[in-house]
Amino acid sequence: MAETGRSEIRDIDRSLYDFRYESDPDFQVESGLTPEIVETISREKNDPDWMRAFRLKSLAVYNKMPLPAWGPPLDGLHMENIVTYVRPKTDMRGTWDEVPDDIKNTFERLGIPQAERASLAGVGAQYDSEVVYHNVKKEVLEQGVIYTDLESALHSDQAERIREHFMHLVPPGDHKFAALHGAVWSGGSYVYVPKGVSVEIPLQSYFRLNAPGAGQFEHTLIIVDEGAYLHFIEGCSAPKYNVANLHAGCVEIFVGKNARVRYSTIENWSKNMYNLNTKRAVVDEGGTIEWVSGSFGSHTSYLYPMSILRGEGARMEFTGITFAGNGQELDTGAQVVHAAAGTSSHIMTKSLARDGGVSNFRSSVIVTKDAHEAKSAVSCESLMLDDRSRSDTIPVMDIRCDRADVGHEAKIGRISEDAVFYLMSRGLSEEDARALIVGGFAEPIAKELPLEYAVEMNNLIHLEMSGTL
Amino acid sequence: MKDTLLEVRDLCVTAGEKVILDGADLTVCPGEIHVLMGTNGAGKSTLASAIMGDPRYTIARGVIELDGEDITHTSADVRARKGVFLSFQTPQEIPGVTLENFLRTAQGAVTGQPKKVLAFRRELAEKMALLGMDSAYAERYLNVGFSGGEKKKAEILQLLMLNPRLALLDETDSGLDVDAVKTVSAGIRAWHNESNALIIITHNAKILEGLDVDRVHILNDRHIVRTGGAELIRTITEQGFEAVKEAE
Repeated sequence: MAETGRSEIRDIDRSLYDFRYESDPDFQVESGLTPEIVETISREKNDPDWMRAFRLKSLAVYNKMPLPAWGPPLDGLHMENIVTYVRPKTDMRGTWDEVPDDIKNTFERLGIPQAERASLAGVGAQYDSEVVYHNVKKEVLEQGVIYTDLESALHSDQAERIREHFMHLVPPGDHKFAALHGAVWSGGSYVYVPKGVSVEIPLQSYFRLNAPGAGQFEHTLIIVDEGAYLHFIEGCSAPKYNVANLHAGCVEIFVGKNARVRYSTIENWSKNMYNLNTKRAVVDEGGTIEWVSGSFGSHTSYLYPMSILRGEGARMEFTGITFAGNGQELDTGAQVVHAAAGTSSHIMTKSLARDGGVSNFRSSVIVTKDAHEAKSAVSCESLMLDDRSRSDTIPVMDIRCDRADVGHEAKIGRISEDAVFYLMSRGLSEEDARALIVGGFAEPIAKELPLEYAVEMNNLIHLEMSGTL
Repeated sequence: MKDTLLEVRDLCVTAGEKVILDGADLTVCPGEIHVLMGTNGAGKSTLASAIMGDPRYTIARGVIELDGEDITHTSADVRARKGVFLSFQTPQEIPGVTLENFLRTAQGAVTGQPKKVLAFRRELAEKMALLGMDSAYAERYLNVGFSGGEKKKAEILQLLMLNPRLALLDETDSGLDVDAVKTVSAGIRAWHNESNALIIITHNAKILEGLDVDRVHILNDRHIVRTGGAELIRTITEQGFEAVKEAE
């Protein structure tokens, strides 16, 4: 038709994240990865001896392991160019006023202090390699909840508990970037929720990588005791540089008997980022882990949170959306291991690819031989917004129990031109019609996100119905 | 002489290599009700879709004018904003978009001025009640999981909410039970007035009961072969298309 040309859903607006205030680091290591660098990091961080030994052992594992041979290419990532530790010019503060202006302004533009006042029980903010701000509401502290940076916790009465859990769920030998993480990890959060305590409003950690050519290796360790509840939100972003940045974080979540943890992530790394992140939860009897995951940024992502359902009747739910635009190859998905009877898992994902982007979904469902009456349902839907973009679904199932109920459903498609015409016949412009269809596609995920992130996601995908696409 | 609302002259419509409509003429004035009848595949739906601006079809020849303005090559959304509406034979399902949100967006797009939420909700509730639709449908995703009859009612609800000047109803009554046809027919009567016009494609005289039909057009094999008054409906109902198939 003559009046409208071809139109497309626009890419994510990165101006929200792609800004930078000049700030010189207080200290940083040389680029590359050597035992000396690892020793330096350990010394600078005042590690206990066991941690120093752990780092060096991890480095040895790293050096022996090959790169993964199955995922998106990692050709642009050169470890010898990555600076693994950059300490900002501040100690960790408990009020935003004490945080240096350049860093505080960054988090203000990201809306973190505002969100803290409005809707969070506690906030941790990491800038490059170190946590620069941490604060928890008094009421939450009074419930006995511990929420702090991992370094402080390592020197507190939690030290032993950390030693018993740290990288037990994701051992350094798991894959090359887990080993790297074990060697150079820095920052992150430690959460302990005591038995029976329900943290009514969420805690949030925000990770900002500001230095060009740097890596961020934060470690998040969450232990939620019997019958307790926690909603933890993780956000991350970085300004764009012409050199590769690396994020190899690690999240370990221990969900106690009849406890419930909801872990929400919105990831907006810049398009020069290699996001090689590992997340894993282990769930005891009657416990529940819920993952909500939005992957929008990075150049290349490998991200497949795993849930190990080791207690009878343990449950997991995974809800995720991935949006890959030009130059992005986002390989995301979820893994679940049913290792006990009566466990159940539900994985629902949506992926979008536009403008040459690649968005792949991988799932792995393992049911061990004793996991009687285990139930698993996987559903993934992909929408390709043009002919240049790609989307694939790669499911793996390993079922060793004949009394399990496992289902997989995958749909890959394009926007229906008939649907576009239908909406246009009701007065919507072609752009608005397409945006409405894409927004509807994302809706089941959007409604699972924390409210401010759901709004953000709509902004991100430019889905305002009256929007100027 | 009355003003002309829609004027179609010598319309030739193709899809790929195939000629589906070969020289159709149609004049519709405000206040009128026209009926298109004809055998399956005669080109009735194509004529309605082409008037709406369906991009699957190419206008190879001829002109479509609305209020004397040439809209032959405008896109469907432009036509919708000028007051053209098509009730689809097979309405599309749009997952994730509630009927209410969709209607509010569409009404805003057509009128250029979205109503206040409360006023909109009031209007929606009224019109859903008129069509005997459960108000819970407002929160359901557009046409997703709707039965055939519910989809058709939802089309008429859209007609009522968007209040077009020219409505094309493509077999809106097909697959509906007797009561639903009556409801749809009542909905149409509630909307129709002296300043708007209606073109109904149907195989069934039931939906026309209570409507004052002005003109009946018989399509056969890509042509309008007969045009007459309401009495033609009776001829066809009693004698079938054979009786009227040949051009006079």
